[in-house]
Amino acid sequence: MEHRLRTPLRDEDVAKLRVGDTVYISGTLVTARDATHMLLLDMVRRGERPPVDLRGLALYHAGPVAKKVDGEWKVLACGPTTSMRMEAFEAEFLEVTGVKLVIGKGGMGKRTADAMRRLVAAYAIFPGGAAVLAAEAIKRVAGVYFLEELGIPEAMWVFEVEDFGPLTVIIDPTGSNFYDSVRERAGRAIEEILKG
Amino acid sequence: MDLGGVVKDVVKKIVFLGSIYIPDDVAASLKAALDRETDPNAKFMLSAIVKNIDLASLRKVAVCQDTGMPTFHVALGDGFPIRSGLLDIIRDAMREATKEIPLRPNTVDPFHEKNPGDNTGRYVPWIDVELIPGDYVEIAYLPKGGGSEAPNKAFTLPPGVAWRELRKRLLETVVEYGPMPCPPTIVGIGIAGTIDAAVKLAKKAALLRNVGHRHEDPKVAQLELELLRDLNRLGVGPHGVGGVTTALDVHIEYAHRHPAAFSVAFVFSCWATRRGIARIYPDGRYDILSHPETYKKVFMEVPAT
Repeated sequence: MEHRLRTPLRDEDVAKLRVGDTVYISGTLVTARDATHMLLLDMVRRGERPPVDLRGLALYHAGPVAKKVDGEWKVLACGPTTSMRMEAFEAEFLEVTGVKLVIGKGGMGKRTADAMRRLVAAYAIFPGGAAVLAAEAIKRVAGVYFLEELGIPEAMWVFEVEDFGPLTVIIDPTGSNFYDSVRERAGRAIEEILKG
Repeated sequence: MDLGGVVKDVVKKIVFLGSIYIPDDVAASLKAALDRETDPNAKFMLSAIVKNIDLASLRKVAVCQDTGMPTFHVALGDGFPIRSGLLDIIRDAMREATKEIPLRPNTVDPFHEKNPGDNTGRYVPWIDVELIPGDYVEIAYLPKGGGSEAPNKAFTLPPGVAWRELRKRLLETVVEYGPMPCPPTIVGIGIAGTIDAAVKLAKKAALLRNVGHRHEDPKVAQLELELLRDLNRLGVGPHGVGGVTTALDVHIEYAHRHPAAFSVAFVFSCWATRRGIARIYPDGRYDILSHPETYKKVFMEVPAT
C-alpha cells in the first residue's frame, strides 16, 4: 500500500502503516546520528529542552553533503546512514521526543521495534546510497544545530521536504520487523548451501 | 614544468571523478542485476540505485553523501622523481578537492570527537604505498563508505578446517549484517599467514580489482565463482530486501601462509564502490585509467566548430 503523509504525524497516520508499505513524506525532517542522539538525550536528562520540538516529526539518520550558497545551506547529497548504530539510543529517544517516523537504512533491532509498538511509531528505509535522489526532495534547510561542535555529518539538520521517498516500511507499529523474516530465510539457506 | 603541481591537479581530478561517477564495470553490473531480478522489492531498490547513479553524473555531485574515508593506493615506480613528497601533495589535493567538489568531511578525532572539516587528520588520507618497476606513479583514490566497514572481519583458522570454515563464516557474516553494508557488495577475501597481510590483500581485492575480473590462477578463480554463487543463493538481496543479487562479485587475493596459521580477512565494499585512478609520467603526461571517457567529456570538451 502507498501512503502520502505530512508532518506533524498523528497516531492514526502511523497506526495504519504495515511492513512493506511505501511512504512519501512531506513537512519537516530532522537528522540525528550517533552524536546528536547522545547530546539530545543528555539535554533532556538535565531537564533542558531540545532546540527543536520533535513531536510528530520524522527523524532521518543521515549526514549530508552540503554547501553554503549566498548564506543559505544547500543540500547536494543526503542518503541515509546505517541505523543500527542508533539502536542503543532509539527507544529512549522516541520516548522523550515524540518522533513518529524514523527513516534510515539497514534496519533496527528488537528494542526499537518494541518501543515502536508501545509508542505507535514506525521505521522506514530510503534506498541506501541513493543520495542525490534523496536531496532532490529536500526543498529547504530550515536550520542546523550543533554544527560547530559536531561538524557537518553529525550536526542536527532541519529539512523541509516534499514527497520525500519512496520509503519502505521495515518496522511497523505492531512491532513486526521485515528484516527478521529475510534473516530467518537466509539462515535456512546457509544450512542448505553447506549441506550441498 | 612543475611536476608537483601536475600531480596535485591530477589527484584532485581523480577525487572528483571517483566521487561522482561510479566506474563502468560497477555500473554495468548493477544494471545487469536490475534486468535479472524478478523480486519486486529487489527491483525497486536497484532501480533507485541506477537512477541515482545517472542523477549524480547529470548534476555532477557526489553519488553518495558518505563520500568515504579518504584512502589512496600509490604504486610508485623506481624512476618517478617525486618520492616522499607525494604524501604532502596528496594531502593538499584532498583538502582542496573536499572544498571544491564538495565532499562531506569525514575525519573524526576519536579522542576529542572533533572533525577538522577538510578530510585530513592524523594518518588521513590513509595512503598505502607499493614499490613497482617503471618510471611512472599510479595513484588510486579509493573512498570507502562507513557502513561497509561494519561487517569486515579478520581471523586466523587452523589450516585443517580452514576452507570449510572460511565458506561458513562468509555466509554467516553476510546474513548477520544483511542490509548494513549497502548490498549488493563487492567482497574482498584475503588469505595469508598473518592477520595484517590478510586484511591488506582483502582490501585490495575488494577495492582495486574490476567487477567480473577473475584471479589469474584458475583454482582461485573457481572458488571466487563458487562463493559468489553461494552468496547470491542466500536471498539477502539489494539493501537486504530479498532477491538474487547479494554480491556483485567475490575477489580473492592470497599470500603464502605460515604452516600453523591460515589467516583470513573479509572486506566488503558497498554497491557504490568508487575508484579514481591515474598514471603520471615524469614529463607530466598522465592517463586517467578509471574514467577515460568521462574524463574526456568532463575536462576536455571543446565546443564544435
